[in-house]
Amino acid sequence: MAGAGGGGCPAGGNDLQWCFSQVKGAVDEDVAEADIISTVEFNYSGDLLATGDKGGRVVIFQREQEAVVRTKCRIWRDGVLPLFACILAVRYAATALPAERWGSGLREAHRNKSRPHSRGEYNVYSTFQSHEPEFDYLKSLEIEEKINKIRWLPQQNAAHFLLSTNDKTIKLWKISERDKRAEGYNLKDEDGRLRDPFRITALRVPILKPMDLMVEASPRRIFANAHTYHINSISVNSDHETYLSADDLRINLWHLEITDRSFNIVDIKPVNMEELTEVITAAEFHPHQCNVFVYSSSKGTIRLCDMRSSALCDRHAKFFEEPEDPSSRSFFSEIISSISDVKFSHSGRYMMTRDYLSVKVWDLNMESRPVETHQVHEYLRSKLCSLYENDCIFDKFECCWSGSDSAIMTGSYNNFFRMFDRTTRRDVTLEASRENSKPRASLKPRKVCTGGKRKKDEISVDSLDFNKKILHTAWHPAENIIAVAATNNLYIFQDKVN
Amino acid sequence: MGTMFARGLKRKSAEDGEDVEGGLAGTQATPSYSLQRQSLLDMSLVKLQLCHMLVEPNLCRSVLIANTVRQIQEEMTQDGTWRVVAPQAAGRAPLDRLVSTEILCRSVREQEGERPAPDVGDGRMPGLVPGLSAVPSAQALRSPQSSLWEVDSSRENRGGFQKSLDQIFETLESKTPGSVEELFSDVDSSYYDLDAVLTGMVGSTQSGHGSGLQAFTSAATPPPGSSCRSDLGELDHAVEILVET
Repeated sequence: MAGAGGGGCPAGGNDLQWCFSQVKGAVDEDVAEADIISTVEFNYSGDLLATGDKGGRVVIFQREQEAVVRTKCRIWRDGVLPLFACILAVRYAATALPAERWGSGLREAHRNKSRPHSRGEYNVYSTFQSHEPEFDYLKSLEIEEKINKIRWLPQQNAAHFLLSTNDKTIKLWKISERDKRAEGYNLKDEDGRLRDPFRITALRVPILKPMDLMVEASPRRIFANAHTYHINSISVNSDHETYLSADDLRINLWHLEITDRSFNIVDIKPVNMEELTEVITAAEFHPHQCNVFVYSSSKGTIRLCDMRSSALCDRHAKFFEEPEDPSSRSFFSEIISSISDVKFSHSGRYMMTRDYLSVKVWDLNMESRPVETHQVHEYLRSKLCSLYENDCIFDKFECCWSGSDSAIMTGSYNNFFRMFDRTTRRDVTLEASRENSKPRASLKPRKVCTGGKRKKDEISVDSLDFNKKILHTAWHPAENIIAVAATNNLYIFQDKVN
Repeated sequence: MGTMFARGLKRKSAEDGEDVEGGLAGTQATPSYSLQRQSLLDMSLVKLQLCHMLVEPNLCRSVLIANTVRQIQEEMTQDGTWRVVAPQAAGRAPLDRLVSTEILCRSVREQEGERPAPDVGDGRMPGLVPGLSAVPSAQALRSPQSSLWEVDSSRENRGGFQKSLDQIFETLESKTPGSVEELFSDVDSSYYDLDAVLTGMVGSTQSGHGSGLQAFTSAATPPPGSSCRSDLGELDHAVEILVET
């Protein structure tokens, strides 16, 4: 078991030294509710990082690539800054590139890997309002616009697609770039006004001219009215055609092209609502097997289902539950066992679950107990009553795998987040704060003192700020870059490559 | 203070509310364990009630709190401390109104200690309306709103309790917006009766009542900036004041 009490062992394994890279968001102490980040997700390549907030907005950051020689003829054709484009040396686009930017396809094709220690910064690529607040007139209830989850689709062409969801409605957004416009129309002027047909004396062929890059987001599908309860998860299938959405009691299967129908594949609603004792808390498709998905419950169990067995997957194929330790039983045992997040490893061999105090790694072949249990903040166990009182015990923390599945990360309070290296069995507690935000400053491991003498630099449990919670974190799919959402700020950390 | 609710080991000391290693191993509850269990029950019920009021209650949270309440209730039933007393209908509001209040109040509370069945002549509670069972002093610390939950007006066993939880879940997926309001609108004057009763009951200890209330409401709605601070010490203190008078 990796260190209880926060940061039992020295710096994160594999000689990873994390340093500050960027922070996005307002600096004020006064946090606007709408700015609170509610989800963070890298896309499949890691070049795009999406965040959703309580105000229903989605902000996408793009990693800047270094400028390199373009072997395609683009420059000559468009006549844009040929001299600069010929420069062989690498220089980061964030500071050097002019406003005209190359299409993303081009950028992808020419990524320069000769300077791995210079890392691209993430800058705002697109911002749009994904969901608006709604009012359910039948129930007289407001539907929050808060974005609960964002999931990217694998890229198939120049445009990017993502699914974003609030409590009730899922939307498929297309994000595309426009960097050319047509000029020289016959029937209208440059400013769009129609020309007098009698004035037209010659015909010309419109030509494409470059323009300032414009990134447009448009909703392509709206998947609505399929959930009575609040949607807590969406997951894109490995077939890239279907996806699932899960609410407290049901899971639906959708086809990305079809918005007026969905299939209900799990329904745990009891006939009598008074018999309700368990809800669905998270669900995810297997990364490779398109017929397999898992869902977790508020009782700390995970069910793996195979869609081939029946249309309604109420009977699980596998049932994962760790037997309870009778000596630590309390009135809060069930609440802290409730799973807030479930994530498959990239390999598909393992899955990870997050409950209130720990993270567990399960081997899909073994249902009886997890293969690893990592304590996130065991020092909170004696504070459960207070945490119940102020509702913190219901906080839903997420967890994520590193690209190689060798490490896992999850958040905690006081803007701390924890990282566990599965190979070296070392763990570390780090903090996302403005104080440690000098460029490339190394993050110092933090430690929480559980009692007795408090050493220098340690923080005592009673001084922790429970309003500063890190619920959402994401790890780049291939590199050691992490994004950590601390209330309304987004921190990006990278490892210092030796 | 969280581990005081843990079962397994006997409590270290009766006063030591904060550093207890564990709770009971199913044996008879010590008085302050009961008190703390009681306050956890009260807290949970208030939270559930707040769920009613919220725009769209979080179902997961409600289910977890309701399960906690059931657990406490089961333990109290085993301990034999869960006692329900029948109300006397005489002199009360019309029966239909009583029914609706009953539904809310069916989340019955235990009778702390050895209080007898409704006793009209109980000298300590001069203002007590006949039919309302004696409410232990600890329970006086509630805010008036939550007093709806406390009165033992049902004579059923835990089935009645179960029903009030059912009520919660039904309203969670209630069809008409009015249903929740209806539950509360029927309360009306009987609500104020209850309030008056409870206030009258602790009329002799106004100051204690006040500070107790504050202790409780601060427990129920802690300021956002608070860190992990125990309000139960204050509760204990307030209880002591009340009990002594």
